[in-house]
Amino acid sequence: MSDTILRENSAVRRAPDSYRAHGRPAWQRVLFTRESAIIGLLVVVILVALATVRNFDSPLTVTYLLLDVAPILLIALPMTLIIVSEEIDLSVASTVGLSSVIVGILTQAGLPFEATALVALFVGVIAGALNGFLITVVGLPSLAVTIGTLALFRGIAVGLLGTTAITDFPEFWTDLAQSRIPGTPVPSIVIPIVVLAVAFAILLHFTSFGRGIYAIGLNKEAAAFSGVHVDRTKFLLFVSSGLVSAFAGIFFTLRFGNARGDNAIGLELSIIAAVLLGGVSIFGGRGAIHGVIAGVLLIGTLGSALRLANVTSDVINVITGVLLVLSVVSTSVLRWVRSKRLGSAGKSRKEVPASSG
Amino acid sequence: MSIGATGGTTRSPIARTLGTVFGARETGIAIALVVIIIAATLRNPSFLFSADGYRDLLLTPSILLLVAVGQAIVIITRNVDLSVGSVLGLTAYLTGRLFIDFPGIPPALVFVAGIAFGAVLGLINGALVAFARVPALVITLGTLYIYRGINVAWAGGDRINASDMPAEFRGLGTAQLASIPVLTVIALVVLVVAAWYMRNARGGREFYAIGSDPDAAQLYGLKVTRRILVAFVVCGALAGLAGVLYAARYGTVSSQAGTGWELQAIGAAVIGGVAISGGSGTVWGAAIGAFLLLTINRALPILGIQDFWQRAVVGALILGAIVLDRVLSLRQSRKLIAQRDETHV
Repeated sequence: MSDTILRENSAVRRAPDSYRAHGRPAWQRVLFTRESAIIGLLVVVILVALATVRNFDSPLTVTYLLLDVAPILLIALPMTLIIVSEEIDLSVASTVGLSSVIVGILTQAGLPFEATALVALFVGVIAGALNGFLITVVGLPSLAVTIGTLALFRGIAVGLLGTTAITDFPEFWTDLAQSRIPGTPVPSIVIPIVVLAVAFAILLHFTSFGRGIYAIGLNKEAAAFSGVHVDRTKFLLFVSSGLVSAFAGIFFTLRFGNARGDNAIGLELSIIAAVLLGGVSIFGGRGAIHGVIAGVLLIGTLGSALRLANVTSDVINVITGVLLVLSVVSTSVLRWVRSKRLGSAGKSRKEVPASSG
Repeated sequence: MSIGATGGTTRSPIARTLGTVFGARETGIAIALVVIIIAATLRNPSFLFSADGYRDLLLTPSILLLVAVGQAIVIITRNVDLSVGSVLGLTAYLTGRLFIDFPGIPPALVFVAGIAFGAVLGLINGALVAFARVPALVITLGTLYIYRGINVAWAGGDRINASDMPAEFRGLGTAQLASIPVLTVIALVVLVVAAWYMRNARGGREFYAIGSDPDAAQLYGLKVTRRILVAFVVCGALAGLAGVLYAARYGTVSSQAGTGWELQAIGAAVIGGVAISGGSGTVWGAAIGAFLLLTINRALPILGIQDFWQRAVVGALILGAIVLDRVLSLRQSRKLIAQRDETHV
């Protein structure tokens, strides 16, 4: 019943054509976005690499590329939602290290691997909940909180294990972590990544919870007034970030077959760089999952192709940095160019907002 | 900054000064530092009272202090500079390179070159942030990778060794002036100048104004773009100076020198009460934070805790400091509201 009323209302209140058109035709709106640009760049890089880099088309390259980016890809998913809500989580790589150490210590103590993995995931949830608690209940800025927990979680991991490494894991699980989907060069880890990516994409783009995340990122107060549970949403996002980071930590441990306190150190910066490259605004309220996946794959593919072409890792670092800077500076350059080109026309359009056309 | 002064228009100057000192956010963290030093010294008197212990206590945090002071200035303008570790590494390598490529170059010239180079790197950060109006976090994350990449490409597998640098330069790392290490003297001079400027000069106050409310500062007519540019240049120059001193102190410089220092510097500022959201805090606080961060490292083993736990203690300290800050500022704002309600009855 209420549905029909809503529909009638929306028919009556249909916005004027000048607003619905957004000033640009639909194909332009789809094509000229940050996400499309990054996906396009990714395609170009893949094509160029296929044509010029020897061995880039080998199955082994695909396998190693995907195994390498898997932890980044996983953690980038909750990170996207967190940055869209205008927060940040710097503690993810420390959570990876902590869960790695937990898995190592408990396996060494003789617990079955399934149980140690469950404990590690639980620790991830606790870590995320601590971040969430300090940010939502105590009301502290997430940048400061997660710099603190970055040191805290890493410190607990290093404190528990010292400089020793635990390398004895059940073969079944280490093999599984590096296994491929039969008949393809694609590693099995891609299956949970795809499942999680679809889940996070649906959550962000097709649910009211997701709309709430954008609303929080654009204007927290307005979101709260329109009924978004700001604190609860943020809390859940940080818990999900802790959980996914712990999962990535378990994968990381199995893939390399060792648990160390300093596993994945510094990974948080690579993850944030990939997310921002994927078109998520650090000011919140803007970004999409498909752009972020393209961003992660772009950095990974570029690195893999350049390494195969015997380009050293430092050049890859510089390219990553330049891409990141260009991707944010380009939007403001484009804005500047557009305002110059429109000149007086742009001004007159502002003065007569409702004019059709 | 001066919580004690709010209610005390009729109090004596001494009471007011005491109130300011004990009400300041930096005091808590300074007390924590003193407690740790006393506890470690009671356990093992050589922590403070041996020549080595005393020197280390002052020397080790001096380089981080410089970086933290620059970082604090940038954070006060509501920005952040993640590239300081890479800037430090690059200038440290430049320092060694200058001595190798130009034998006989006077150390003073190397200092000037290091500071100028750091300032240029800071200027690049600042220009991208201020002119393109893009968030500092993203820009400096990008330049963190770029500067480090340039450093690795330049250095390759090479490293600078102590024997590459003249003895008089390396002597700076251990030299003392009236029993205070020269490095510490340099750091303290920089600290006092920065603190004076931030507290008393018009430019310093404008940093705070911009950090508290960038839009209001713009509307009021402050030169926001130029100020932010200056903050980044100062931060880069101080990281450059720190890089030169790093080479003097440690002798060995690989392409990875200064990795992770950005988080240490931000951590020091945050522990010292510089709000990450801009507009509040002092460079004194950041300096005390830097001292605390590195003193804990040496104190833990003496107190019977394995130094593996240092990071955990530092993390807990950062969280403790920001929670305390939050509690204090909430209490302060409640007090102010109560005062307002009383006077307006």
